[in-house]
Amino acid sequence: MMSTTSWITSIADILPKLPQMLWDWWLTLPDAVPAFTVGLIVFGIAALMGQLAAIVMVLMERKVLSWFTQRKGPNRVGPLGALQTIADGVKLLFKEDIMNDAQDKFLFTLAPAIFLFPVFVMFTLVPFSSTLIGVSLPVGLLALFALSSISVIGVVLAGWASNNKFSLLGGMRSAAQAISYEIPLVLSLLGVVLLTGTMDLSKIIEAQRGGLLHWFGIFLAPVSFLIFYTASLAEVNRVPFDLPEAESELVGGYNTEYSGMKFATFFLAEYAGLFIISAICAAVFFGGYYSPFGGLIVEQTGFNVWLANTLGVHQLAQLIPQAEMLLWMLSKTYVFVYMAMLIRGTLPRLKPDELMGFSWKFLLPVALINVLMIAFVKLFLMDFALNLVSAWVYLGIALLIGIFGIGGFCLWISRSFTKQLQSRLLKQV
Amino acid sequence: MILTGYPVLFVVLLFAALFPFLLFVVSQLVQYQSPSEMKNSPYECGMLAYGDAKIRFDVKFYLYALLFILFDIETVFLYPWAMAFGQLGVLALVEMVLFIAILGLGLVYAWRKGALRWQ
Repeated sequence: MMSTTSWITSIADILPKLPQMLWDWWLTLPDAVPAFTVGLIVFGIAALMGQLAAIVMVLMERKVLSWFTQRKGPNRVGPLGALQTIADGVKLLFKEDIMNDAQDKFLFTLAPAIFLFPVFVMFTLVPFSSTLIGVSLPVGLLALFALSSISVIGVVLAGWASNNKFSLLGGMRSAAQAISYEIPLVLSLLGVVLLTGTMDLSKIIEAQRGGLLHWFGIFLAPVSFLIFYTASLAEVNRVPFDLPEAESELVGGYNTEYSGMKFATFFLAEYAGLFIISAICAAVFFGGYYSPFGGLIVEQTGFNVWLANTLGVHQLAQLIPQAEMLLWMLSKTYVFVYMAMLIRGTLPRLKPDELMGFSWKFLLPVALINVLMIAFVKLFLMDFALNLVSAWVYLGIALLIGIFGIGGFCLWISRSFTKQLQSRLLKQV
Repeated sequence: MILTGYPVLFVVLLFAALFPFLLFVVSQLVQYQSPSEMKNSPYECGMLAYGDAKIRFDVKFYLYALLFILFDIETVFLYPWAMAFGQLGVLALVEMVLFIAILGLGLVYAWRKGALRWQ
């Protein structure tokens, strides 16, 4: 062990050399210029994708929810209201940015920035095809967790800097909720890391190349998928876990005091976050950019080889598999986005104590047991699990557990909702 | 050659941190401002605000934060184990069952003590 004095002497040794070291570092900078350019391009694409996804999803959500309540939804701006969100965005850009007198101006501006910035970085970490990945890291999954928990700081800061008790309460609730659901979220993906032995998202997708039966969400780790989807809905503050924004009680939650572009930033980050969560879900549990039939359709039918050999369009032949990958990935992602919207249209909101209890008393123990079960399966039953005949037996059991799990969850929510309603009615009498 | 990895990630982090402020600056430049006394008061359902906005909040939030740190460190321990599990075999499983059992005991203790009860 190093004593304190030796630490001090080593620092004293390094200190005079520091200018030389800085100069050496400056000389290596020309090597860093490509990284700078590539980083700029990667970020540009990610920011564009994030904003496009948010624009499409806001419109989609308004349409889906209006179909739920038998309305038409936005139908004035553009054909079928398609330009509505763009019009809203322009309006918010030109809108007056109101800050009240008692607010901490610096933190008030910093909060939406902290909320937005990890989302765009997350866009660069998720592979949308085998080459369309901004930053390919061997610890991609861990980086995604680390980034997703940064936005909590933004929410707490927003609540605190607003100088409004409702905002403060919303921010505190959101922080408590996000840290509670963080643990089941991380534990559920542990199962997949166990099965593949890697945290690289591209390699996790590659492990599911074999098609439907090799997807982790279907029969290798269905419980992991259910826990992940539930916890991630809570993480991005979606219904039924949208207590921080409970409109009827907290006005608007942590973003009550925000207006103009800063409000738009919160809105954008929330929807982009939902998109990213759905993309991770598709990538980790549902085969990512591969088709359900195994591999890619254009490769299996030999279409791209035919293009290259018979027609001689080599570049197109290389591009078409990538296009198919992007198509699969985006359509899978939007299935989960749509599911989140259906859930928003269906389920009522939970009470805070139920919400926290559900994470700590139900999801956490189930996630822990699930990890051990998957480790057991990997050690002793892996050959059985990958044998296609017995796979269907396993799939049947997993489906039964899944259906009963979801059914139980819905029952539990509806029961608590009825209880609330009953107690309110009794009070009135 | 496509350059990927940590240098690019740091550049992306830099631009992502600057981007929101770019949005704010653009918005500041194009917007029309007319502040008034009423507009600059805190919004509390349209009524005049009473009391201090920096209210006290429940001590339960701290309890949940403590529990979170405990279990978050646990997951940090679990990830390297999961990565190396393919080479470690049965002994690693037994060890991890013991580890999770001890932490499970901690959870049961917190549960029985009422740390997870909100009201």
